[in-house]
Amino acid sequence: METPRFELTAAPHIKGPDSTPRIMWTVVGTLVPVILAAIWYWGPSAVLVIGASTIGCVATERLFGPGGSLRDGSAAITGLLLGLTLPPGLPIWMAFLGGAFAIGFGKLLFGGLGQNIFNPALLGRAFLQAAFPEDLTTWPDLSGPWHALRGDNFAFPLMGANPVDTVTGATPLGLMKFEGTHTELGRLIFGATGGSLGETAAVVILLAGGYLALKKYLDWRIPASIFVTVAVLSQIIHFFNPAKPDALFMLFSGGLMLGAVFMATDMVTSPTTTKGAWIYGAGIGAMVVLIRLWGGLPEGVMYGILFMNAFVPFINRATQPRLFGTGKEAMVQ
Amino acid sequence: MDVLNLFGVTFRHGVHPPDSKSLTEHLPIRRMPFPDRIALPLRQHAGKPARCLVEKGDRVERGDKIAEADGYVSVPIHASAAGTVADIGWWPHPDGSMAETVVIDVQRHSPQIPRPRLVPSWEGLTPDEVRRAVQDGGVVGLGGAAFPTHVKLSPPKDLPIEWLLVNGAECEPYLTTDHRTMVEYPERVHFGIRIMMQCLGVKRAVIGVEMNKPDAIAALERTRPTDIDVTVQPLIVKYPQGAEKMLINVVTGREVPSGKLPMHVGTVVQNVGSIATIAEIFETGLPLIERVVTVTGPGVRRPSNLIVPVGTMLGDVLEFCGGITDDAAEIVFGGPMMGSSQPDMRTPITKGTTGITVLTTREVKPKKTYPCIKCGHCLDACPVFLNPSQLGLLAQAGRYDEMQDYYLQDCMLCGSCSYVCPSNIPLSQMFALSKTALRKQQQAAAAQASAQKSDAEKEGEKVA
Repeated sequence: METPRFELTAAPHIKGPDSTPRIMWTVVGTLVPVILAAIWYWGPSAVLVIGASTIGCVATERLFGPGGSLRDGSAAITGLLLGLTLPPGLPIWMAFLGGAFAIGFGKLLFGGLGQNIFNPALLGRAFLQAAFPEDLTTWPDLSGPWHALRGDNFAFPLMGANPVDTVTGATPLGLMKFEGTHTELGRLIFGATGGSLGETAAVVILLAGGYLALKKYLDWRIPASIFVTVAVLSQIIHFFNPAKPDALFMLFSGGLMLGAVFMATDMVTSPTTTKGAWIYGAGIGAMVVLIRLWGGLPEGVMYGILFMNAFVPFINRATQPRLFGTGKEAMVQ
Repeated sequence: MDVLNLFGVTFRHGVHPPDSKSLTEHLPIRRMPFPDRIALPLRQHAGKPARCLVEKGDRVERGDKIAEADGYVSVPIHASAAGTVADIGWWPHPDGSMAETVVIDVQRHSPQIPRPRLVPSWEGLTPDEVRRAVQDGGVVGLGGAAFPTHVKLSPPKDLPIEWLLVNGAECEPYLTTDHRTMVEYPERVHFGIRIMMQCLGVKRAVIGVEMNKPDAIAALERTRPTDIDVTVQPLIVKYPQGAEKMLINVVTGREVPSGKLPMHVGTVVQNVGSIATIAEIFETGLPLIERVVTVTGPGVRRPSNLIVPVGTMLGDVLEFCGGITDDAAEIVFGGPMMGSSQPDMRTPITKGTTGITVLTTREVKPKKTYPCIKCGHCLDACPVFLNPSQLGLLAQAGRYDEMQDYYLQDCMLCGSCSYVCPSNIPLSQMFALSKTALRKQQQAAAAQASAQKSDAEKEGEKVA
């Protein structure tokens, strides 16, 4: 019998169905309904801002990243997520710049996929917040026709945006913090409030997250830990000082849903151990409550996650799994 | 655990590859005709290779001892067919190397009648005589590791054995060797258990069988003897349940301490096929010269369960099974999770070969890999609770010393981490290589230390 050339590989010779591109593109897929919700509320401005940040990310990855790295889908996720954290009326050149910074400095500078310490999308947003604080805190109102732009999306770079006719409003967190007024829960849950593009439909985000958790493409412990920590801490504080908001308001306002489900769970920048996931989530939850209630900013999700990102290597090291056959489970005769 | 859980039990972590056993699980075991030539490597078992007793041109009968055990952890090799020794030399070995092998030209048109009763009958033998007969019969574990069985039957006196665990998990995808043995020869399995229990002096035996083999569980229940304490424990299907440490944990709830052996938690684990073989040698009087092999996979034209003379070459077995398909891409000895790919059609079936799995271009692993995205799936898969992600990063950096701090030595190379890795990083392979590299480093360090010591002694002498 003649011997043809066969594969000679080390065991195992078969592989499970999950692949890194499949995980990434599935996340992109689950972001589609979230983006559709943003478009439902904010019209063409949502398309412009999210599109610009995504193009910024993808173009930077294509130009400076390793060959073929666009196919893994991670640059697209960063762009979409960054876009969802931005105000609807942001000039698109800023969104583009944010995307370029997110990939260039947030990911490629660290060595590319898998090497970065901080969530690239949030690093991009932090950069924009520092560079253009005014534009990043201008929140248009939901009123007005669907097709109207929510700000000067087409402003020229560095020329200053033209004042447009859109009515600006405030976010529920801003209202709570600076004016002491509360937004009704139903509007929070379905996203009919002012805020960033992804501060909209909590229900949609939770459904998308549930699907990803079932597929094990995100660790359910991280959002669970964040939600429990935020709810418990804020409810305790609310009990002693009823002027502070209650747990439900804290959970459904601001970027907590988007952050907890899609950003904190970024595989690269979150702990690999199960115990670590609980600790990391609790840390984020505590930071969110601290910043929201006592910090200078109305919202603390971004800094909460970035802050805990920095601790991930330490959390991993401190929560290594117990080796089989050690500890009290191992019985030596 | 005294009451068995009929709904099945299992261990923590592990993976769920498709079991792919439907190709052969209902096919009765057939006997393959004798090939024209057989190749018997002297190293077919864990431990020291056997010492050759024949010369080129010698005439051998079926069952004749052609190589003797070299020391305690070693077993003899017997001719699996009558014929003439054609050559003694280097020959392709299933482990990928060339190994010293006795090649026998099988006598044509011979009825292949074996010599009568080479192994004594079991009745009236003392445990020591049983152990000697098992060693003389060349019996080793047939589950893949090929560890000499008589050594397992001789635990140290200070370690009392409470349980005999019979491994019928067969968690490797595709393979149905143990499955068919349990379905077709359940009495033989029980007879083997009786011999082992008597030899070890244990009172309790549990047969662990995964629940994808209900007919095997039924057959073993139907033939279960009532005068000894033997029970059948159904196991929830999961890989690597057939690993000794996992099976012990599943059945007894105990964890074998890191670096220790099953006997340290009062257990001896033996594979179902090996136990049937113990019974078989006492029944037929023949040493271990043939074994059951599953020939399977989408790349083989006629998947089969076969009794094959030990030493039959890969090409002859495949030819008997109708050859391979045009898209066959990889031939594996054993199953796809822990088996080894074979490049050479002359490679012989040895005592430890559980099956031949032929994979096509559709099943073989993709080549493309991605960077580690720290998803942690490997941590959830590892049955001994290692951190393969971290170990992989250290291996890539060549930091083998640090890998010991992450318990590299406890890795069983089961391949679960590689199987789940979405980035297709060959973790298991990297750990095998790291283990070898680490061993070499340590040997070199030890050699250097002893050289320095002797230099220092010489210096000392000079001064004196």
